[in-house]
Amino acid sequence: MGLRLDDRDREMLAGELGPATALAMRIVIAMAEAAGAERLIDITGAHIDGCLYHGPVGLSFAERLAADEAQVRVPTTLNVSALDLLHPDRVRLAEPARSEARRQMAAYESMGCQPTWTCAPYQLPDRPAFGEHVCWAESNAIVFANTVLGARTDRYGDFMDICAAITGRVPAAGLHLDENRLGSVVFRLSGFGERGSEQEAFWALLGHVVGATTGNDVPVIVGAREGVPEDHLKALGAGAASSGSVALIHVVGTTPEAPTRRDALGGRPPLRTIDIGPADLRDAAAELTGADVSGALRAVSVGTPHLSLAGFERLTPMLAATRIHHDVTFYVSTGRDVLREVEAQGWLAVYRAAGIRLVVDTCTYITPVLGPEETLVMTDSAKWAWYAPGNLGISTVFGTMEDCVRSAAAGRVIRDFGWLDV
Amino acid sequence: MTLAGWTSEGRPLLAGVASGIALVLREPLSFWGGVEPATGLIIDGHHPAQGQRVAGRILVMPHGRGSSSSSTVLAEGLGAGTGPLAILLGEPDGILLLGALVARELGLADCPIVVIGDVWQQVRDGDLVSVAADGSVQVGPTS
Repeated sequence: MGLRLDDRDREMLAGELGPATALAMRIVIAMAEAAGAERLIDITGAHIDGCLYHGPVGLSFAERLAADEAQVRVPTTLNVSALDLLHPDRVRLAEPARSEARRQMAAYESMGCQPTWTCAPYQLPDRPAFGEHVCWAESNAIVFANTVLGARTDRYGDFMDICAAITGRVPAAGLHLDENRLGSVVFRLSGFGERGSEQEAFWALLGHVVGATTGNDVPVIVGAREGVPEDHLKALGAGAASSGSVALIHVVGTTPEAPTRRDALGGRPPLRTIDIGPADLRDAAAELTGADVSGALRAVSVGTPHLSLAGFERLTPMLAATRIHHDVTFYVSTGRDVLREVEAQGWLAVYRAAGIRLVVDTCTYITPVLGPEETLVMTDSAKWAWYAPGNLGISTVFGTMEDCVRSAAAGRVIRDFGWLDV
Repeated sequence: MTLAGWTSEGRPLLAGVASGIALVLREPLSFWGGVEPATGLIIDGHHPAQGQRVAGRILVMPHGRGSSSSSTVLAEGLGAGTGPLAILLGEPDGILLLGALVARELGLADCPIVVIGDVWQQVRDGDLVSVAADGSVQVGPTS
């Protein structure tokens, strides 16, 4: 069985809708053939990761599509960029990269994408409904869409995202198909007390373990209380999509395709069952922490993926009750839409008073934001802790949001993982 | 001894011709956060091949990993001349395919991508590898 195109696909491929659409369709077709798909399907939305500047090739591709007057066919949001347009001085990106990054952002806007500039599009008001097919890039957004929303997106990379948005089509393959969404590896939580899983850090660490262990299978988590909050699932997914290639996680009793273990597995026996206890999460915290954390702590970064309004609701009173050490810079990354809500809540005064650096439209580990002296940095994000050492050449410390705030006040690392046992 | 070398019929995700020395990664690598496009150096501190260069090599690995941005980072490396000559994979990987596709569409570089299945494990670091347009792969010792 080869790939069958419909009439409209063939028109696009033949260039009847212009050269940009033809290029986009060539790429969609190559992806479909690689995946062994028999047809293409319609999508209702897209989220573009390709707007982040990495160098001249990403820019050339965007400007070529824009110059050929490409327009997106479905509602399309944009991921983080390399710049903070609301606080331009926060990003130390030098020329010519700075101008090129801005041009790349403009090219995507000119194609009709919404300038949302967030890695957490699921925090925006319009998010895909259960069962909707979308093309989302950005690994944490992909896993959130599949896991939490029950929308369907495969693990798409840069370039495919805009090509799917322009053509409105993706291959009928991967996680768009029922059979590939069933769980196959069971992670059984055991040995934890009642309270451990109430910590967001529990889920971030669990995500790190699940990602590193799962391979290309679909993990199923059993043994958690029902109704795990969205921010905890976000931390789980972001951790798992960093240490591994995970794009869908069933959390039995919480996520929409996993009311029961049997539903999550489709009635089949699992390929593997893995017990996860407190010692595994302690090991994960150690893996996400550099060798020597005894020195002066110079920076803290929270909000990867972008901090939600609920996240601000937790963080704001902590900061209001704390005095940040004068040698510590405290960064909070979020989306501009969430920032607007934070402002509407009247919480920004707390951030101004505490000297917190709010970063929007980008993130602190993908573009130069940290100062040269900020070489030991604490975070509550498994994703940040995983990528920042390679990206920035710094040492990271993983801890809870509470420990991040306490450490920022003390100017040195203070951590307590006792909650894992209670 | 495998002095005579061996052949495998792979499935090209992106067909093309290449020949060079294998760099075999036993663990999957995320290009984003894992490879520096300016140099082709593997910078992922979690990866056992940290410090090696993908530039000018036939990259062999089980599959891709991690971030969506790996497509761009591969394309940037191919544009800068620091990318691999070809990529042989155990399993298909759409994210790497995209990077190589765009580099070809923009006329920057040709980096064939071929799925060879489990035999990827039999390729040894330093083997001489030739990739043909039909996806067949010839592997032999360098001397």
